[in-house]
Amino acid sequence: MADSGGTDEHDKKDDVERSKSEGKELTKEEKQRLRKEKKQQKKHKEKKDDKASQESGKENKSASSAAAAPQLPTQTVKAPSAVPAPAPVFVPASSEAPASADKPTKTKAELKAERRARQEAERASKQGKKGDPGQQAASGKLKAPPSELQPVVKRLPEHIQVDNPEVLKKLAKKLERQQIPLRSDYGYKVSLFSHLHQYSRKAPLTQQLSIPSTVIHPAVVRLGLQYSQGIVAGSNARSVALLHAFKQVIRDYTTPPNEELSRDLVNKLKPYISFLNQCRPLSASMGNAIKFVKKEISNIPTQCKEEEAKSKILNCIEWYINDKIILAAKAIAASAIEKISDEDVILVYGCSSLVNHILFEAFEKRRKFRVIVVDSRPRLEGREALRRLVQRGISCTYVLISAVSYILPEVSKVFLGAHALLANGYVMSRVGTSQIALVAKAFNVPVLVCCETYKFCERVQTDSFVSNELDDPDDLIVTRKGKTHLENWQEVPSLGLLNLVYDVTPPDFVDLVITELGMIPCTSVPVVLRVKNVDQ
Amino acid sequence: MNDEELVEYFRAQMRKDPDMASAVAAIRTLLEFLRRDKGETILGLRESLTSATDCLKGEDSSVAVSSGGELFLRFISLTSLEHQDLSCCKKVMEERGELFLEKISMSRTKVAKLCHTFIKDGAKILTHSYSRVVLRVLEKAAAEKKRFSVFVTESQPDAAGRQMAEALKNLHVPVTVVLDAAVGYVLEKVDLVIVGAEGVVESGGIINKIGTYQMALSSKAHNKPFYVVAESFKFVRLYPLRTYQMA
Repeated sequence: MADSGGTDEHDKKDDVERSKSEGKELTKEEKQRLRKEKKQQKKHKEKKDDKASQESGKENKSASSAAAAPQLPTQTVKAPSAVPAPAPVFVPASSEAPASADKPTKTKAELKAERRARQEAERASKQGKKGDPGQQAASGKLKAPPSELQPVVKRLPEHIQVDNPEVLKKLAKKLERQQIPLRSDYGYKVSLFSHLHQYSRKAPLTQQLSIPSTVIHPAVVRLGLQYSQGIVAGSNARSVALLHAFKQVIRDYTTPPNEELSRDLVNKLKPYISFLNQCRPLSASMGNAIKFVKKEISNIPTQCKEEEAKSKILNCIEWYINDKIILAAKAIAASAIEKISDEDVILVYGCSSLVNHILFEAFEKRRKFRVIVVDSRPRLEGREALRRLVQRGISCTYVLISAVSYILPEVSKVFLGAHALLANGYVMSRVGTSQIALVAKAFNVPVLVCCETYKFCERVQTDSFVSNELDDPDDLIVTRKGKTHLENWQEVPSLGLLNLVYDVTPPDFVDLVITELGMIPCTSVPVVLRVKNVDQ
Repeated sequence: MNDEELVEYFRAQMRKDPDMASAVAAIRTLLEFLRRDKGETILGLRESLTSATDCLKGEDSSVAVSSGGELFLRFISLTSLEHQDLSCCKKVMEERGELFLEKISMSRTKVAKLCHTFIKDGAKILTHSYSRVVLRVLEKAAAEKKRFSVFVTESQPDAAGRQMAEALKNLHVPVTVVLDAAVGYVLEKVDLVIVGAEGVVESGGIINKIGTYQMALSSKAHNKPFYVVAESFKFVRLYPLRTYQMA
């Protein structure tokens, strides 16, 4: 290791670049070297700022710290503030960006300077104990601004802060470290939703990966492509596909020497999850499944042999799929059938695997009912549901969502699926669900939501703007009678296409939630979450 | 103890104390059944208790009987987890059954104690039909020297409201009997509405004498507070979606 420093460092840097471009995984040493370089860069920056702030004196510091404190909370509130004034948002964003860029380094320097100032003040007050009350007042004043700077910064997730260049930079750095290409946003975003990602389906992430990529397991690459192209869609399907891909990953995994399976495997999974997140944002059910898998892996005892540990994890995943998805569907169908009586007219929206399962079971049990399938563009998932129901022999009617108020007087019940149930009782589901629930409420038709408990998440949301998913806007372009009117929508400066995927339904519109734990009102969701946490 | 004896005992309980809730009478009957039961296994005991509850449901189809019976059964199943020996288990069950009965006999008094504070001096109260819990609440309020007046709906077809009016007259409370159709008319003058319940369902709603739903809707339209007083053994495992489905 006693080599000449300068040229060697340069060579090593080249090595790192080369291995990155070849798609090989960086060895441990290379990773450590990258980390060291970054730390040194940070230290240099801090030293410079530190000197500058010390020279400027204590008064200036206290003034700037007071200014920094309100700046922090305004940044976190920026996302919802985009709602009232679309145009002015861009102006403050650009003015805040340079200020916020050097803010994090400044606050670290601030804290160091404050600590030093506090120490000196304490020393001074000790020396002149019964001395000047003025001096003590000065030290008291100094202590006040540092406490003001205990910011209550709530960390917002990255995927709803896309218009914040800070956050994008952090994301880019993280992905670079994990050697996953960064997917760029596509097309003009409607300003109300400029804080969300919008990707194009024609540019899947997998095109930017080098082949063969040894960083990401091929099963995960395939899964990512299936997600981004919409081949695997629907929250149950996505979770099951994810868990099967993870099983494959674990089967092919071998513990490297001097590493523990429980820690290394979790670290191996992190880049895969980032990759899948880039292909298509993770759903709440996928998030819960990943949490479960990570917990199981980290609970493996250290003395366990590798084969044994792997088979244990595989069994756990198998159990999760069986218990939380398959058996849960059976239990939900059993309770839901009690609510379906003869001569019922049931309205369903889109294609929910769970609702379809319930209708199949009810039909097996010889209940006489007919179904109205409501569908909406651009996904037209209702057609798939219609196909499956008609194949079983259930009599169906098909309408588009614009006709829902026309058809509702005939309907006796509405069955809806859910993507996730939030902790405040709101239901997150395919866009259009809240509209159907609202119209059903106006006609006094009961609305039943069917959802497995593994889709319950701790998040709280009251509107569909804060956190959502923007699909490819080109999906809205359709050719009718040989004319494609929206073909050149990008050239029209005042035109924006919005393809939302999810929306949020308030609990007042939902009469009943059917879970495998029983039939509960929407307001009991936090109780279920609490019970689940206690169990685990 | 076969079915006829069960039904006879139940009827005797109801006759003995007309003020007792039917759920309490059902639980008393089931406790007596437990005492006289000659079964050898816990599972057999549970099955015979279930059939006894079904038999009582046939006799008195009110929701309260089924909820009381189910509560008792659930209560029993929890005890059986702790003791393996049947005879010792039965003794514990009987003791606990007695305790349970004592507690729920006190429930009306507890409800009255909690509720009378909602009745302010000079209040005008509207109530529906004859409810013993509401009567107990008003008794307690009168005993606390509060001055209030009561409007009772006649509550056809059995005119049970008149019975309520008689009972209130004996308490020296000024009472007016109104027609069922006059609820919307009278609600303007009223300060609060108190009704009892036969059953409280899982969605948080209540099952009560016909006419209560209209009264609730009208009081919501008039923004008058609507209070329901019910003992805890009336909570029943039903989740009706709309009024026509009691299932």
